[in-house]
Amino acid sequence: MNKQKVLFGGTVIIAVSLVAAALVALVLLAIGASPLATYKTILTGPLSDLFGVTEVLVRSVPLLLVGLGIAISFRSGILNIGAEGQIQMGVLAATAMALALPGLPKGLLLPLVLLAGALGGAVWGGIAGWLRARLQVNEILSTVMLNYIAAQIHTFLLRGPMLDPNELETGSGTPQSMRLPDASFLDQIIPGTRLHTGLILALVAAVLVWVLLWKTTLGYRMRAAGAGAKAARYAGIPVERYLIVAMLLAGGFAGLAGAVEVTGVHHRAIEGISSGYGFAGIVVALFGGLHPAGIIPSAFFFGILLIGADMTQRSASVPANMVLVLQGVIILAIVSAQSFLRNPYAQERVLRWMARLVPAWLKSKKGAQS
Amino acid sequence: MSPDVMIYNVLCLAVPFSVAILIAALGENFNQRAGVFNLGCDGIMCMGAYLGFMLPYTLKGGVMAPYGNFLGLLGAMAVGAAFGLLFALVTVTFRASQGIAGIGLQMLGWGLSGTLFRHFVGGVTGVEGIQILPIPYLSKIPFLGGVLFNHNPLAYVAFLLVPASWFLLYKTPWGLKVRAVGTHPRAADTMGIHVDRTRYQALALGGAMAGLAGAYLSLCQAKMFSDDLVAGRGFIAVALVYFGRWSPLGILGGALLFSIAQSFQLSMQVWGIKFPYEFAVMLPYVLVIVVLALARKARQLGPTDLGKPYNREMRF
Repeated sequence: MNKQKVLFGGTVIIAVSLVAAALVALVLLAIGASPLATYKTILTGPLSDLFGVTEVLVRSVPLLLVGLGIAISFRSGILNIGAEGQIQMGVLAATAMALALPGLPKGLLLPLVLLAGALGGAVWGGIAGWLRARLQVNEILSTVMLNYIAAQIHTFLLRGPMLDPNELETGSGTPQSMRLPDASFLDQIIPGTRLHTGLILALVAAVLVWVLLWKTTLGYRMRAAGAGAKAARYAGIPVERYLIVAMLLAGGFAGLAGAVEVTGVHHRAIEGISSGYGFAGIVVALFGGLHPAGIIPSAFFFGILLIGADMTQRSASVPANMVLVLQGVIILAIVSAQSFLRNPYAQERVLRWMARLVPAWLKSKKGAQS
Repeated sequence: MSPDVMIYNVLCLAVPFSVAILIAALGENFNQRAGVFNLGCDGIMCMGAYLGFMLPYTLKGGVMAPYGNFLGLLGAMAVGAAFGLLFALVTVTFRASQGIAGIGLQMLGWGLSGTLFRHFVGGVTGVEGIQILPIPYLSKIPFLGGVLFNHNPLAYVAFLLVPASWFLLYKTPWGLKVRAVGTHPRAADTMGIHVDRTRYQALALGGAMAGLAGAYLSLCQAKMFSDDLVAGRGFIAVALVYFGRWSPLGILGGALLFSIAQSFQLSMQVWGIKFPYEFAVMLPYVLVIVVLALARKARQLGPTDLGKPYNREMRF
């Protein structure tokens, strides 16, 4: 049974990759770029040297954390689109915590800062969970709206109350917070690169999520609520409560991703710090089959894509928005492939079309030759 | 400033704000009435805004220049319908989960419009766009003339679309089919209505209207295009459908409420009442959440099979 599932997942991923690559190639042709050359740059460029690999890993860390959170929520039957806003709230909470307690030793401050980030995200996710569970507000709409609201709060705080006083003095006015105290930084793994211990944190988190979802009662109940709310209710599972728990956890992971970005990479809150990780995390989670074992390689793969897209923007003048197109196409292809491959009738219909069209096409080719 | 002048200013400003979300929400209403929850509306609006801008921009100075704006609107509707059909392929034929697929469509439309714009245009460039058309005589009526009859031609179209879509939904055979496949597809199928075909048609129509709404933003309101021109208005439109309880008149009410709140907020800044700009921008999004929380009882009035793919072969 399990083997079958893995086989099914593998088929989906291969089919999706081929379809997405073909569709995006059309767009690349339309803007006058060579699809093969672009794909080569995107996929091999980032891995050509050690620095490139570490940069890919730096991008994979938030993707992995966000993807894990989204997998929890999707498995529990609540579609969390709000990771982008949850990351930003995590960034703000972590920054505020680090700046409020600058004198603490590292062993105490760093965990507190990371926890604050996770809490910030959890609150933001929890709002959407509560709205869905108690007031039946569609969670997709509410999380999208909370994204826009979080973005404005982020901008407001970085331009107002949390603005670095130095920026006011020098008058440059870059909207960013003060630099965090050194005691709140995540250590570098390889000196001279930006790769930080957040990577280890994220991998540990992946194991924890697996344990939570498949080895604990809480995880079982959340998955049951997601698989069939009605059946779960009959079995005495308070589905609404687990929706809120799932959103708290999903928001918590996104918030943690924000805190890791602040303490590991930027060392201060800046504008655009979430840089689309919240949306990319959805694709990472779906591409990884909503399972930690799949999400780890999936996060690495999308790390390559993000770095590769930056490279093509510089070398082949393909706008970096192209990543969004790729992500959108991948999502559409994944959800289609999943339900198409589960539906023997639809497959049969397609085979019948093919059986009719291919001979006709061959015939016309033969006719043209003779 | 006297209160009646203030009200006049707020109302005059509110009408242009309401046009895009009104057209998009009326289109989304067709989708949802047919049982398909199309969250990709926002992405379709981006594509509509892009083509609506792009066609007059490329045709500028050419032989076709006089028809540029018209072709822009037409192109926006065509690309919207095409995206609607793509969404139909994914959700109706492949029966994919509509919520996630909608987010995929949104990313695709948003990313594609931005990519094409950056490649073909690059920076901020304006177009002449479609100018305001005061209706002769009617626009001279004191108070009402300015509020109702001194707007962009598309604004009049948007308000005419309210009775038109009501008529289409409730007074034509096609409207009955749409409502039937959204409420009880199996019964409709038994009666010989093509469920899939009707859903395809509804999605094409809804997509075309979302495209038109996008073109309004670029051609009539901003007279330019940028990545963040649509700024989530497609999602607001989806929320309006819930708020308006799936009726064109209710959607009109919701759209007006929204745009009055927005123009009030802008007017307050003009009047010198100071509060952070970011909170002003936040207001419509907060309002959506509040409105959705208050509209929860409306659920029972909606199409009962909303969001469920129809599977003809399924036994039960």
